Amino acid sequence: MRVTQGTFSFLPDFTDQQIHEQVQYCIDNGWAVSIEYTDDPHPRNTYWEMWGHPMFDNPDAAAVVYELNECRKIYGSYYIRIIAFDSSPGWESIRLSFIVNRPSEEPGFKLSRTEVKGRNIQYSITPYSSDNPQGSRYK
Amino acid sequence: MENEGQEKDSEIVTEVNLKEDFQASGVADILSELDNSLIGLTPVKTRIKETASLLLVDKAREKLGLVNESPTLHMSFSGNPGTGKTTVALKMANLLFRLGYVRKGHLVTVTRDDLVGQYIGHTAPKTKEVLKKAMGGVLFIDEAYYLYRPENERDYGQEAIEILLQVMENNRDDLVVILAGYKDKMDKFFESNPGFRSRIAHHIDFPDYSNNELLEIAEVMVASMNYQFNEESKKAMAEYIKIRKKQPHFANARSIRNAIDRARLRQANRVFNNSKGPIGASFLSQIEDIDIRQSRVFSGGIDK
Repeated sequence: MRVTQGTFSFLPDFTDQQIHEQVQYCIDNGWAVSIEYTDDPHPRNTYWEMWGHPMFDNPDAAAVVYELNECRKIYGSYYIRIIAFDSSPGWESIRLSFIVNRPSEEPGFKLSRTEVKGRNIQYSITPYSSDNPQGSRYK
Repeated sequence: MENEGQEKDSEIVTEVNLKEDFQASGVADILSELDNSLIGLTPVKTRIKETASLLLVDKAREKLGLVNESPTLHMSFSGNPGTGKTTVALKMANLLFRLGYVRKGHLVTVTRDDLVGQYIGHTAPKTKEVLKKAMGGVLFIDEAYYLYRPENERDYGQEAIEILLQVMENNRDDLVVILAGYKDKMDKFFESNPGFRSRIAHHIDFPDYSNNELLEIAEVMVASMNYQFNEESKKAMAEYIKIRKKQPHFANARSIRNAIDRARLRQANRVFNNSKGPIGASFLSQIEDIDIRQSRVFSGGIDK
């Protein structure tokens, strides 16, 4: 099951050239771009691991694509996303976030229903991959 | 990128107008600016013009589908201090930007300190940080030979060189590296790092300025600061240049700039001490020969 999170997630995966152009758009708007990775695709897993520092002072997107490829060398089987932070007052948050790398196989999520008081149902989802400990979830 | 290329090929482009391309790219402006704003340096200007036409023709060939590999643009500027290497590098960055070989055209100037770390594991991130900052533009490494210190085999400079070489090769489309420094030291540096020599296509030598050129530079500098020479002070300046040139630590245009700065200091002192009543702008901006002749250079000393 294909994980869809962030912007562009219903589009086919971007090529490096397309990533470059999106990142250049962010940089031209004055947003700080950074790279993050994780092997826990749960939608409530908000804070992923940072790959290096946010890149504040690179005028060209080639730097981000370069770092992305460095990250892929080590975490090529993880989810990697690019986020753009807008520091302008009144916003001070993420403007754009999109996945740029995903595992070759995505087993999806397990939906469990728990019957509670009054025959109400509580739902929860768990990624199948998180049965394994961190670091050995994706090949 | 590849798709774009194919689309362009399918358009029927059978001829290009080099003159039009030349005008449209704005390269003409930069070249004429180079001619006008820099005094002397004829061989440098010629080389830059040649490079510019080569790059322009390459672009035109690409349009016609005569594909050739993207050219190596890394350069080395060798010459004595104060011969205009940084200034030319700045112009070069602009030129490459106008020709479409770099995307942003900014210049990042670094020396050994900015690339080499102080402890194990510090160098690689530091060098990469600088390289990333320079992507889309030009990285200017001043006194590049200090990166390589053969006398200390544990020096971290070697690590910086390796990363530099790797990025110069793999990210050729992303940045252009210009190495600069004294001629003899640069030659030695290239001898001991053959990897660099082969990756650098353009070696440009910056000659020293002649006395007349230095005087011309002095006049331009003085004018740009809104001061002026008269006949006597001009003569004094010419003599100053002649003597200063023979002394050690002569740094061409930079020495001239320093000499002028000191002359301004003396001029200000003189004006202040002699002023009894209201004075005009011409008095305030006049550099007299006495302002120059007070320099230690005339009495056998050295101006630093």
